[in-house]
Amino acid sequence: MDEVKVIEIKKSVFADNDKAAEKLRKELKQKGVYLLNVMSSPGSGKTTTLIQTINRIKDRVRVAVMEADIDSDVDAVKIKEATGIPSIQLHTGGMCHLDAEMTRQGLDNVGMEAVDLVILENVGNLVCPAEFDTGSCRNVMILSVPEGDDKALKYPLMFSVCDVVLVNKTDVLPYFDFDMEKCSKNIHARNSQAKIIPISAKTGEGVGAFADWLLREVMRWKGR
Amino acid sequence: MHELGIVFYIIKDVKQVAEEHHVEHVSTVVMDIGEVSTVVPHLLTDCWRWAADKEDMLRGCEMKVNIIRAVTWCDNCKKEYETVKFGKTCPHCNSGNTWLLRGNEVEINSIII
Repeated sequence: MDEVKVIEIKKSVFADNDKAAEKLRKELKQKGVYLLNVMSSPGSGKTTTLIQTINRIKDRVRVAVMEADIDSDVDAVKIKEATGIPSIQLHTGGMCHLDAEMTRQGLDNVGMEAVDLVILENVGNLVCPAEFDTGSCRNVMILSVPEGDDKALKYPLMFSVCDVVLVNKTDVLPYFDFDMEKCSKNIHARNSQAKIIPISAKTGEGVGAFADWLLREVMRWKGR
Repeated sequence: MHELGIVFYIIKDVKQVAEEHHVEHVSTVVMDIGEVSTVVPHLLTDCWRWAADKEDMLRGCEMKVNIIRAVTWCDNCKKEYETVKFGKTCPHCNSGNTWLLRGNEVEINSIII
């Protein structure tokens, strides 16, 4: 039996995950639950942005948060303390992203019957989370001013998969060589459909615009 | 850093195909990796070695990587160009109205028994 046999596969490594994500999205639609996937690099202000946003909408819709991290539960605790809404921690077991199956397990823990909106705070990373569809209805990416206006050029895939880019920490704009116009141009070169909202999670500036967008999205998803 | 996660997906797919074909051991896995797929080939093969050796069916199984050159198409002047060299802007006409034809593949091409 020295004979060599080749079995052709020709299949994308992401195909199974894409299928699982599509299935999850259908189920979310059926149950009227909106899943928002939030991605960014570490330290861009994801958790603070979420706290500010949730406090503006929690009286209108039932919200829960899933925090994905490689380890620890500091973010989940912080969200729960600052907003009073249910917040669970997902551990990726060393992996740098969440896939649709892990997201599904998280949603089962949250209990889809009890919520209208689930916000998934993905692992802080601009490469891997962009490749794995979580099954979310929309993807939001947070880019903070100190990271620079050229980020879209360095991480093209992330910017091509996100529907909204929040440009955070606008309160420190005077101290950085950050050109908002250049930043928008770079983002739109990758993704002409991306909606850009400048915010400061610290002062609250612009967060209302994002909260309004999110509320409209949830209502549309639920068919109201 | 996502190469290990990708390797776990490859292992799952390869094991499934091998089982369907009643294969007990796979000697080589051939991958097609695009130049702009964000997967680093030598990290992928390093992670593969570590993870594959933990599976009876894949112990010692080699991973071969075919690199797929990235090519971008310009919608403005209807020409192709090398993505890695010129990025998003067409070198023929300077247009940004361009899109990737190929080069973002992360595919299992075949397995050799």
